[in-house]
Amino acid sequence: MTQEATQSLITDEMRATIGQESEPWTLEVDKLSVRMFARSVGHTDPVYYDEAAAKAAGYRSLPCPPGYLGTPIFNPATSDSTFGGRRGAGPGPQPSRPLTRILNGGTEIEYFDDICAGDVLTATTHTASFEERTGSIGQMLITTSKTVYKNQNGKVVAIMTGTGIRY
Amino acid sequence: MAAKWADVQEGMEIPALKKNPTSQQLVQWAAGSGDFYQIHYDKDFAISTGLKGIIVHGALKHAFLGQLVHDWVGNTGRIKKFACSYRGMDYPNEEMTCRGIVKKKYEANGEKLVDLEIWTENPQGQKTTPGTATVRLP
Repeated sequence: MTQEATQSLITDEMRATIGQESEPWTLEVDKLSVRMFARSVGHTDPVYYDEAAAKAAGYRSLPCPPGYLGTPIFNPATSDSTFGGRRGAGPGPQPSRPLTRILNGGTEIEYFDDICAGDVLTATTHTASFEERTGSIGQMLITTSKTVYKNQNGKVVAIMTGTGIRY
Repeated sequence: MAAKWADVQEGMEIPALKKNPTSQQLVQWAAGSGDFYQIHYDKDFAISTGLKGIIVHGALKHAFLGQLVHDWVGNTGRIKKFACSYRGMDYPNEEMTCRGIVKKKYEANGEKLVDLEIWTENPQGQKTTPGTATVRLP
């Protein structure tokens, strides 16, 4: 009898982190950031640029274009210089063997209300699941994380689900 | 121009959105999104990581699909959810076509809803970024 079965990448220490909420962080939505985001995508709808057009369409101010969920307040002491968000609190529990390559697997955003310039969002994130699969690139670890965004009134306005692939 | 639920039929295509992300647009996106990872604007860096050159940000493709759906829905309806998977890399200065097709038209909780299949297509016709969206229409 051979024992060729591949060892699971997912450890008990990793499983123990599932569902643990991060510390909250603050994201601002302002007219400048909405316009910059819309311009970078190539949006042509004036609601993303002209506040009068936005109000005429029924928004409180410039609405967030799809995919834009505010800009984290940058703090040189704690923010990541490449991505702008909060630096991780450390590497966290590691899989049973080192995985060096990372791919962005996918993004889902679910909206529950409008998000407009002037809003201040508070986000927390947690790991929702770890899975492993073997594909053309070999054994992969798939991490699904959920980030919940609340507005200044405490209402959940969006949930982003991100899928990261490490191999 | 905005879509109306009564006019929607399952199986219909929504108007395609043609994009051609240039290196300039990737730099604009870096600033607009706050993602300054060098594989998206520094060719030498990208090649040093094993890529054949700079690549289009996954999140930018997600945002392109958001534009596709927004341009169809307009401001009388709303996008409730949109998602995509990053299945293939896309390179700047190549035409990318964003497309969508209506999969389901239904009512739930008093809202008139439509589910879409959405995707980006590279010049070879490959769906590099397949996804789904749910929208509310008047």
